[in-house]
Amino acid sequence: MTEPTIFEMSSPGRRAIKMPAVDVPEVPLPKGFERQNLAFPEISELGVVRHFTRLSQLNYSIDTGFYPLGSCTMKYNPKINEATARIPGFGHTHPLQPEDTVQGNLYLMYHLQKMLAEIGGFAGATLQPAAGAQGELVGALMIKKYHQDRGDFQRLRMLIPDSAHGTNPATSAMVGFEIVPLPTDPRGNVDLEALKSLVDDRLAGLMLTNPNTLGLFDENVEEVIKIVHQAGGLVYGDGANMNAILGVAQPGKIGFDVLHYNIHKTFSTPHGGGGPGSGPVVVAERLLDYLPDPVVDIIEEGDEENPPLYGFVTPSKTIGRIKSFHGHFGLLVRAYTYISMLGAEGLRDIAEKAVLNANYLQEKLKGTYTLPYDRSCMHEFVLEGFWEDVPEIHALDIAKRLIDYGLHPPTNYFPLIVKEALMIEPTETESIETLDRFAEVMLKIAEEARTQPELLKNAPHHAPIKRADELKAAKDLVLCCYPMGLGQD
Amino acid sequence: MFTPHTQKDVEVMLKSIGIEKIEDLFTEIPEKFRYPKLNLAPRLTEMEAAMELESIASANGSTKDLLSFLGAGAYDHYIPAIIDNILQRGEWYTSYTPYQPEISQGTLQAIFEFQSLICQLTGMDVCNASHYDGATAAAEAMILADSHFRGKRNKFLVSRAVNPQYRAVMRTYFQTHDDVHILGDEPETGIETDLQKLIDQIDNDTALVLVQYPDFFGRIVDYKPLIDAAHAHGTLVAVATNPTALGILTPPGELGADIVIGEGQPLGIPLSFGGPYLGYFAVTNDLLRKIAGRLVGETQDVDGNLAYVLTLTAREQHIRRGKATSNICSNQGLMTLAATIYMTVLGKEGFKEVSNLCYQKAHFAAEQVGQVEGFTLAFPETPFFHEFVVKSEKPVADVLEWLRDHDILGGYDLGQDYPELKGHLMIAVTEKISREDIEYLVAVLEEEYHD
Repeated sequence: MTEPTIFEMSSPGRRAIKMPAVDVPEVPLPKGFERQNLAFPEISELGVVRHFTRLSQLNYSIDTGFYPLGSCTMKYNPKINEATARIPGFGHTHPLQPEDTVQGNLYLMYHLQKMLAEIGGFAGATLQPAAGAQGELVGALMIKKYHQDRGDFQRLRMLIPDSAHGTNPATSAMVGFEIVPLPTDPRGNVDLEALKSLVDDRLAGLMLTNPNTLGLFDENVEEVIKIVHQAGGLVYGDGANMNAILGVAQPGKIGFDVLHYNIHKTFSTPHGGGGPGSGPVVVAERLLDYLPDPVVDIIEEGDEENPPLYGFVTPSKTIGRIKSFHGHFGLLVRAYTYISMLGAEGLRDIAEKAVLNANYLQEKLKGTYTLPYDRSCMHEFVLEGFWEDVPEIHALDIAKRLIDYGLHPPTNYFPLIVKEALMIEPTETESIETLDRFAEVMLKIAEEARTQPELLKNAPHHAPIKRADELKAAKDLVLCCYPMGLGQD
Repeated sequence: MFTPHTQKDVEVMLKSIGIEKIEDLFTEIPEKFRYPKLNLAPRLTEMEAAMELESIASANGSTKDLLSFLGAGAYDHYIPAIIDNILQRGEWYTSYTPYQPEISQGTLQAIFEFQSLICQLTGMDVCNASHYDGATAAAEAMILADSHFRGKRNKFLVSRAVNPQYRAVMRTYFQTHDDVHILGDEPETGIETDLQKLIDQIDNDTALVLVQYPDFFGRIVDYKPLIDAAHAHGTLVAVATNPTALGILTPPGELGADIVIGEGQPLGIPLSFGGPYLGYFAVTNDLLRKIAGRLVGETQDVDGNLAYVLTLTAREQHIRRGKATSNICSNQGLMTLAATIYMTVLGKEGFKEVSNLCYQKAHFAAEQVGQVEGFTLAFPETPFFHEFVVKSEKPVADVLEWLRDHDILGGYDLGQDYPELKGHLMIAVTEKISREDIEYLVAVLEEEYHD
């Protein structure tokens, strides 16, 4: 099934939107700068509507089905969030308006900073980072500056567990840290002996995802943090998996110095087909002054008649501005709405049901699929998508076969330390019926692998396209609707 | 509310797992840290939350109630109704990154179309699936240039007429690189449009020159001499561009730019107090493999049908980890879709119309404001697009406050970022501003001067 591109649909002279006539005396266009041609498509409005509607129907989405994508927390995105983010008083404010005309926005940001700090057990927050990866960059820059301010210029080694997301080493490299891989022990925890052998006065810190990407809460987390702190390092928390411990534990209280949230995971803002994300960062007391410029604070205390006056302030040792304006504000409104509707009680319910769902599925699948770390899991778990008796079947084949049953595949081939990994995160918003059906299909696929392996090898059979040739895409490189470098204008 | 579990479901699940209560699943968390009391307000129902958020928003004065001449990097354009209608389809906004191409052809083709439109608009060969915003795209241009010269060129020249927030973000990104020097935007280099002082600083150690087109002050400057001078030293040139202006202006690709970046907000994305927007990032074929972020390419499925996939992923962090081109993981997904629909629905003629409307109305406004006693155009001889600078005899803060009393957001006080432009006000005009709006602004300004 193919949909023509907008360029193929174009017909000279056709119009969708027409703009009003110029209502002022016209002046000539700037001489020497006039554009000769703009080859944008010419399509009717209905043509555009049908094109983007038909394209949407080629997508899988949370609204249409179960999305057990490990590490991504594909939970239901409440519709009320979409409504509140579109309230004109939020949506139509310019980022450079005088502060006294945007007290509503500043109130919301101030209180969201407080909420996120409280949920994580930290002292302060920045809402500026555009995504988790940018949150990591903020954290890494603050850690580096903290050490430099103390004269510890030699602290350049960042410990990163072998189970970590790729962004952790990529971020550390961007700020000039030396990346030191940290092995995982047989129970899926940080290897304590290895950790002890790697810390010295060159240590900048540790980037730890907890629960980790195996879906396991590190049983020695207190000890791990103690070792790093005693060696003078700071502990960065990758909060990708915060959904598992909302209202159950606060990383800041356990000893983490800084942590980013992925509010598009934990706090239900939509993934939007790849973004926008939002990655607020929360910090312990000692990093407060290093937060990006600016943060929202109370400028003038309120009294019985007047609310407080909110405004932007610059932290004294700030690492500087990390993006334009004030972060992904539209997503902050959604997260604020979501947290307001949960409160402490609801947050704990989220974590408990997310973990309950994952353990229920793990229990149903672990006899049929190898579970390399056989422990009670948190919000997700990792299976091996591989059986010794059918070596030709890989995790990829299982993933693609799930598509035929109308289900989204789990994350596969991550984390790297599990062979043929299938990483499954059901989230709290799924019902027992959905989980049962998924388990049933997974068991059926395990059976098909033995009886009709070609069904898996050639899957999917019932999707808009069959398996795509990724090698050809990289070899022939067609990245535009016309051959590269040709056909423009 | 958002969890569907009945009491019975929970019992069935606990029994299946072989535990008695949900708390048993959390015993690996040290007991003293378990179940803290969170100091949060009691939970609200949906109706209460809706009302609460309405109430918070009502403390704002929005551009719906105020006549706004604010720009400086974010612009209030008309957004066709079709865009948000399509964006609100769950198949678009509740889908994940298209890592499974068989069930993500919609998102993949939309990104492919976005890449094509941006290449067409900028006159470049290749465009990625977007960065966070214009400022981070500028920082990524530096990262690209740094890696292009493998760290052997350490000088990065940035025009003082580039958006101050872009410059701030570039410095934040590179603050830990002791060998990297960001120069060119010092007060001594100035903001003259002949660019000679900037050109004089280009040498064989210069990795990148970044200029803005139209520049931060809205001026249209001929960058050909600068680009030629840079290329004579093998230096890369990045041009930050307002996409709306490219409806009528020669694209930077035709001027010889190596990298074209910019803030995509004007392409159908609401102001939303500064985000989410999108940063677009386009390069020449020569730099294709150095580009960061997601790229969509065309291919075939096993039956030979046309298909789209994410491609050249070996550059990215999830494969290359510590050696990736950047740590960027997401793109601005839904915002690129908004921009794609915007460019498509306006199309060839509509896009030019918007661009021309902005240009014409801004020129009418400049001419009118320039005639008000106490106000003079700061750069009367320089062509400009839809934003212009006026010098005010009275303090800009007072002028803005006066305008505010008349429900007008008068523009941007340049003295905040440029000490040499104290007393200068920058005014932006989009197609949404009518002739009457401009005449009202002028009338209020006249009244203010004589007050």
